[in-house]
Amino acid sequence: MNIESVANPKIIIKDLNFYYGNYRALKDINLSIAEKMVTAFIGPSGCGKSTLLRTFNRMYQLYPKQKATGEIMLDGANILDSKQDLNMLRAKIGMVFQKPTPFPMSIYDNIAFGVKLYENLSKHDMEARVEWALRKAALWTEVKDKLKQSGTGLSGGQQQRLCIARAIAVKPQVLLLDEPTSALDPISTAHIEKLIDELKEDFTIVIVTHNMQQAARISDYTAYMYLGDLIELGETSAVFTNPKRKETEDYITGRFG
Amino acid sequence: MFSHEARLKRQALFDLLFRSLTRVSAFGVLALLMAIIVSLVVGSMPAIHAFGFGFLTSSDWDPVNDKFGALIPIIGTLVTSGIALLIGIPVSFGIALFLTELSPRILRRPLGIAIELLAGIPSIIYGMWGLFVFAPLFADHVEPWINKHLGTLSYIGPFFSGPPMGIGMMTAGIILSIMVIPFIASVMRDVFDVVPTLLKESAYGLGATTWEVMWNIVLPYTKVGVAGGIMLGLGRALGETMAVTFVIGNAHELSKSLLMPGNSISSALANEFTEAVGDLYTSSLIELGLILFFITFVVLSIARYMLYKLGQREGQAA
Repeated sequence: MNIESVANPKIIIKDLNFYYGNYRALKDINLSIAEKMVTAFIGPSGCGKSTLLRTFNRMYQLYPKQKATGEIMLDGANILDSKQDLNMLRAKIGMVFQKPTPFPMSIYDNIAFGVKLYENLSKHDMEARVEWALRKAALWTEVKDKLKQSGTGLSGGQQQRLCIARAIAVKPQVLLLDEPTSALDPISTAHIEKLIDELKEDFTIVIVTHNMQQAARISDYTAYMYLGDLIELGETSAVFTNPKRKETEDYITGRFG
Repeated sequence: MFSHEARLKRQALFDLLFRSLTRVSAFGVLALLMAIIVSLVVGSMPAIHAFGFGFLTSSDWDPVNDKFGALIPIIGTLVTSGIALLIGIPVSFGIALFLTELSPRILRRPLGIAIELLAGIPSIIYGMWGLFVFAPLFADHVEPWINKHLGTLSYIGPFFSGPPMGIGMMTAGIILSIMVIPFIASVMRDVFDVVPTLLKESAYGLGATTWEVMWNIVLPYTKVGVAGGIMLGLGRALGETMAVTFVIGNAHELSKSLLMPGNSISSALANEFTEAVGDLYTSSLIELGLILFFITFVVLSIARYMLYKLGQREGQAA
């Protein structure tokens, strides 16, 4: 399979296979993720795009029957290596989920929680970090007067930006977004999309989305997956206007999926 | 036409009857509760007249001279229940944590069922086991150690010194803790199970360890349910009679040491009603019952109030 490699790869995946028990959900995936760009995974439900995303921070390891083989190189080290320290890996690779998941604590503590796991900051530095993260997530002006209130009291869109702020507060290098706007209204979705565009200055972003228009709007590279295979990876403009493979063309033109 | 009307009438009558029946049942429960309170109060009137509030603070229990005070059984009930919770809560938390997060899937069901079975064992069996198996072992192997290491400390030493007899408040508290653990653990497990997977994954995704996820995310998320489970356990510990009667020693003596025999309200009632001669003796026992009723009532009310406040604070934050 002819997969175009990207100019400045942050993550390089070689021969990645993934199993749920005996079911092979990812089949010999070879793929690169460009640094400080947005890479979108698209494809019909069950194609393995979320599964692929969840191998990057080894989230699957919470579940005993799931396993991955192959290589995922991040800055020259294999993420899948059993010697890889999981907590350090997850400090480098943050994740945001389909639904907003504010922790049952104040807005401030939601942000500080992750930071405290890795750094021992003074009160003053922590306050600065929380403000920095909330500003980055375009939430600061909305919540600066109610940092002590519960994070669960925010609107859905605000909660999701809180989750993004929480993820970037740890200063990761890579941000994984698993359908981050699927539970949000159009205005909140637009907010998050704008935010993603700003965040790629600092972070390498990988986003799984059901929404092809979203992939077209915000990503630099798009990977189309189908039934556990990576069908095509390319610059987003090329994938959407001039796909190399017939399967991709069928999917993006809506003839299928 | 006529028969149609008759049917409607019959239906209306049946409906009325049905409604009245449900109402009678509901109010019947209320009436029963009131009747119990009233009969407790009436029954304890002679003792209340004789001793007044002094009944609560007096440690006398002298059937020969008709002098009675409830201090010892009240302390016994509170202390044994306190010990039970002190041991029971952390152990239950560990059990629930293991069952929901760490246990291999294959062990989950059998262990869960075993814990539920533990809750079904009749309390008299706990009592017998406590008296014949646990108490001798405790006297031979644990109490000497407690005497040696805790009994010599300043301030708390007196609580842990005394002859290693095996029976006493500590033993009763430990047996009670075994009895409340299944209640608290199974409630905790049930509420931990409903924590959304995504919420836990979010915390794991930040690099939190299992402990950090449980302590900082799962426990705060489920605090209302956890508190409810603890109150359920406390309710059982306060009222438990048979098991405590077997191992507490039933001595009306006030002692600082937890290793010494004491008495609890429920075991005093169980032991002494048959031998209570004289109106004042019987009345004092009934007043003990009233006090137990009151303590349980207050504990449950405080729990309700705490949960209500908790809910209100969340509401404000939201």
